[in-house]
Amino acid sequence: MTIELVLFFLLAVVAIGAAVGMLLSKNAVHSALFLVLNFATVAFFFLFLGAPFIAMVQVTVYAGAIMVLFLFVIMLLGAEQLRQPSTVLPWQPPLTVFLAVVFVGAAWLYFANAGPGSLAAPPPFATAEAAGAFGSPQAVGQTLFQTYVLPFEITSFLLLIGMIGAVVLTRDDKKR
Amino acid sequence: MIPTSYYLALSAVLFAIGVTGVLTRRNAIIVFMSVELMLNSANLTFVAFARQFMDLSGQVFVFFVMVVAAAEVAVGLALIVAIFRSKQSISLDELNQLKG
Repeated sequence: MTIELVLFFLLAVVAIGAAVGMLLSKNAVHSALFLVLNFATVAFFFLFLGAPFIAMVQVTVYAGAIMVLFLFVIMLLGAEQLRQPSTVLPWQPPLTVFLAVVFVGAAWLYFANAGPGSLAAPPPFATAEAAGAFGSPQAVGQTLFQTYVLPFEITSFLLLIGMIGAVVLTRDDKKR
Repeated sequence: MIPTSYYLALSAVLFAIGVTGVLTRRNAIIVFMSVELMLNSANLTFVAFARQFMDLSGQVFVFFVMVVAAAEVAVGLALIVAIFRSKQSISLDELNQLKG
C-alpha cells in the first residue's frame, strides 16, 4: 500500500461521504455545503490525474461560482426545507436505492473481473517537466484553440443564450 | 500510480448517488445538485481516461461539460425561482399540471 493509494482511499471516503451527506440532509443549505466538499475532493483527484488546470477551474467555477449561485437561490427563496413529506410514488425511493446498488455492484463485478488489462495504472511520467507539461493551462489551451475552436465558439453562444434565458425567465411580469 | 479502474469505480459510485438523489428527493434544488454530482462524476471519468491514454481531448471535454453545466444551472435556477413565484413551493410533487 503506497502513500498515493492511502491518500486516494482517504479522499474517496470523503467524496462518497459528502455525496451521501448531500443526499440525506434535510436542509438544502447543508446539502449545498456537502456538495462543495465533494467538488473540492474531486479537484484533488484531478490534480492526481495530471490535470492542474481542470482542478483549478473545478474549484473556481464549480465549488465557487455555481455553488454560490445555488446557496444564493436557496436563501433568497427561503426554501431550505419542504413543508410536508412526499406521499406521491411511495415505492420509488426503495426501488431507486435497489437499482443504484445493482448498478454499483455490476460496475464492481466488471472491474474485479477485468484483470490487469487496459484499465491498469497508466505509466508514470518520465520527468518532472513532462508531468508539468501534461494538463498545464498552456497545453490545454493549445488543444482547445487548435482542435476544438468551433465547439469553443459554440459554447460562447450557449452561455449567451443561457444568460438571456435566465433574464427572461425571472423578469417581473407585472411591469410589462 | 493508482489504477484507472479505481477512479472509474469511484465515479460509478458518485453517479449512482446522484441518480438516487434525482429519483428520491422532492426538493427541486436538491434534485438540481444531484444532477451536478452526476455531471461531476462524468468529468472524473473523462480526466481519468485522458491520463490513461495521454490525450488532452478528455480534459478539453471536461471544460465543455463545465460550460454546459454553468449555463444549465443559470437557466434551471431561474426556472425554480419562476416556479416558486407562482406556486410558493419548490416541491416537485406539486408540479402536477402543465397550465401555470
